[in-house]
Amino acid sequence: MSNVTEAEVRAEVRQWLSDNWNPDMPLVEWRRKLADSGWGMPQWPREWYGRGLSHPLARVVEEEFANVGAVRAANSGVRLLAAATLLEHGTDQQKKKFLRRILTGEDNWCQFFSEPGSGSDLAGATTRADLQGDFWIVNGQKVWSTSAHHADYGLLLARTDWDAPKHEGLSYFIIEVKQPGVDVHPLRQMNGHASFNQVFFTDAKIPQENLVGRVNEGWKVAMTTLMHERRGADGLPPPRNRETRTGRIHAEERAEAEKANEPYKWYPQRAGRVDLIIERAKETGANKDPYIRQEIAKLMILAKSAEWTARRARAAQQQGRPQGPEGSLGKLAASHVARGCSRVHTMITGTEAMLTGSESPREGIIAEILVSVPAVSIAGGTDEIQRNIIAERVLELPKEPRFDTGPFRNVRRN
Amino acid sequence: MATPEGYDPAVWRRMSEELALPGIHIPEEYGGAGFGAVELGIVMEEMGRALLCAPYFSTAVLAANAIMNAGTDADKSALLPDIANGARLATLAITEPDGSWDPASIKVVATPDADGYRLDGVKSFVVDGHIANLLIVAARMPGTAGLQGLALFAVDANARGVERRLLESMDPTRKIARIDFRGAHAKLLGSLDTGATPILRTLDQAAIALANEMVGGAQTMLDSAVSYSKLRVQFGRPIGSFQALKHKLADMLLEVELAKSAAYYAAQAAAVDDPEWPALASLAKAAASETYLHSAAECIQIHGGIGFTWDNDTHLWFKRAKSSELFLGQPSYHRELLMQRWGV
Repeated sequence: MSNVTEAEVRAEVRQWLSDNWNPDMPLVEWRRKLADSGWGMPQWPREWYGRGLSHPLARVVEEEFANVGAVRAANSGVRLLAAATLLEHGTDQQKKKFLRRILTGEDNWCQFFSEPGSGSDLAGATTRADLQGDFWIVNGQKVWSTSAHHADYGLLLARTDWDAPKHEGLSYFIIEVKQPGVDVHPLRQMNGHASFNQVFFTDAKIPQENLVGRVNEGWKVAMTTLMHERRGADGLPPPRNRETRTGRIHAEERAEAEKANEPYKWYPQRAGRVDLIIERAKETGANKDPYIRQEIAKLMILAKSAEWTARRARAAQQQGRPQGPEGSLGKLAASHVARGCSRVHTMITGTEAMLTGSESPREGIIAEILVSVPAVSIAGGTDEIQRNIIAERVLELPKEPRFDTGPFRNVRRN
Repeated sequence: MATPEGYDPAVWRRMSEELALPGIHIPEEYGGAGFGAVELGIVMEEMGRALLCAPYFSTAVLAANAIMNAGTDADKSALLPDIANGARLATLAITEPDGSWDPASIKVVATPDADGYRLDGVKSFVVDGHIANLLIVAARMPGTAGLQGLALFAVDANARGVERRLLESMDPTRKIARIDFRGAHAKLLGSLDTGATPILRTLDQAAIALANEMVGGAQTMLDSAVSYSKLRVQFGRPIGSFQALKHKLADMLLEVELAKSAAYYAAQAAAVDDPEWPALASLAKAAASETYLHSAAECIQIHGGIGFTWDNDTHLWFKRAKSSELFLGQPSYHRELLMQRWGV
């Protein structure tokens, strides 16, 4: 890490922006400048498109970009998970080949981890990769791959040794999505949206140099990806005020964001829309029903408490204290809030909650809440898995007896 | 707890003299430490965690806040220093035999006379009413109704016309009394102009303090359940390795942390006089009440048969949880108050 002060960084980035920033430039051309100067990802190492700055100094750079409204490096979807994983485990050749095009947004990425037979138990993957000559040949099926239909590359976890124990026979690859052996099909969800894909591999090919980390050590690499995924909460790009800015580059960025955000457009409904509860109670007159008033109060108490618990976790983090149990509880709390919302929205709206479409309450939003909430307690680790994690890691309760030890070949599976 | 007084005077003396706890939130000019609602909340949480039996809630939280909210400087100078140093036990009498926590339903009447007021009527559910030397009593002027004509009065607990009786009640850790007033001499605190405001303020402050005490108690119930589930072996394994218990305990932790956040947030809001703090007092009271009782019930459940025995202490927390749930108004009452205070 270089020994620069905040003032120096601020001055330097300001100068660079005034010399280079031009909203009429093509998006990719600008982002190439970002990658090559290191200002796109200032917290990355100098030798790999960064400037080796600490996180607080990287935030200074972000502020300066925001001040002039300059577009940042591409950061939506799975690309930054891929980048973080490559920075930690990739070869120099892989970093050289992929990192720059990740930042410019020229390549899109997706994740091939979950399978129909291994959801919560990710390490039970049965998609196989077999080395034949210079290529790994992949066969199997992955699921829940967001944006796989737009992706150029996928992060793939596949089994390479069936005689090793479960976690020790997996390898981690970068696979080219646009090739004959990879079939991407949208997966329609119960709420009608198709945000994810199921992906079938039939003798798909991966060149040997696309193995990340060592053979059969893929689980460790996958942990890096997952750690960054949890930290980034959902991979949703941060909301930005793109609407009002003019110039070619902003138009291109808006189009890119629209495409990247498409799969997530129902996520506010998935979370239950607690923000609409009191408003809806007043507009329907349900606020006069003493029973519904009690239910609204219960829900609002839960939602507020969850919000304050998240703030406590953040405050602890900012003060450099180890995160208390409140940190690992957020996801479970969010499930309770979403379910509560679904129940109370039903009470408030009553019979009309059955309607969808333009004649329905709030033009379908209420109905969409009701059919989207079931995803909250499943996606990103089910409530039951969260409870196991809390019980074993926070409360330090003894582990369950295991039935999946020994050679994976002999482990019972779907 | 097991004595007729319900507390250990030696412990109370040490709490007062060595730690100066009764005056933690009383301004320094009246002999206190000059802290606020947050620090009081911390003290209450620890007392709740330990299930301390002492006249702290009655004296420091209820009576001292009532005096600070209603009294003139002269009232405060006369009454607070002895509360802050632990010499005077005091309490607040609001509820009457009908059990209502709405000050509008107060019936005890204060009739003006030559040297102050005379009180007539009955108060009940008065915490530590059997041992307090000083009673702060909410009463109304003759011929008034609702929130009109209410005021707080200081009454010497041993004066003529005051008859106190310890009530038989479920929670042995916090004792309650019935007090009959028959022409008892009373001194008005502050003025008649403030109406119900000091009473409502005192109740809201008490709700926040009690919520903090309750989350301390709930934490003890969780800790106790977790440690027992690691020790207790059935079917050849610690019962804490069964998912049925793991998930129950994870849910308890979530509930306790959520209620803590509500209690802490409300205390902070009161400390900075956030306009929303009375609503948050109701929010925290409702949240902590549900959580404490649920944690205590689950703690008994996880202990199994032994949890239902008198020898196992868990029942004492359960009983404090139950009395705290009802004291100052049960959760449904506070949820309705919350809705009203939020303008729903």
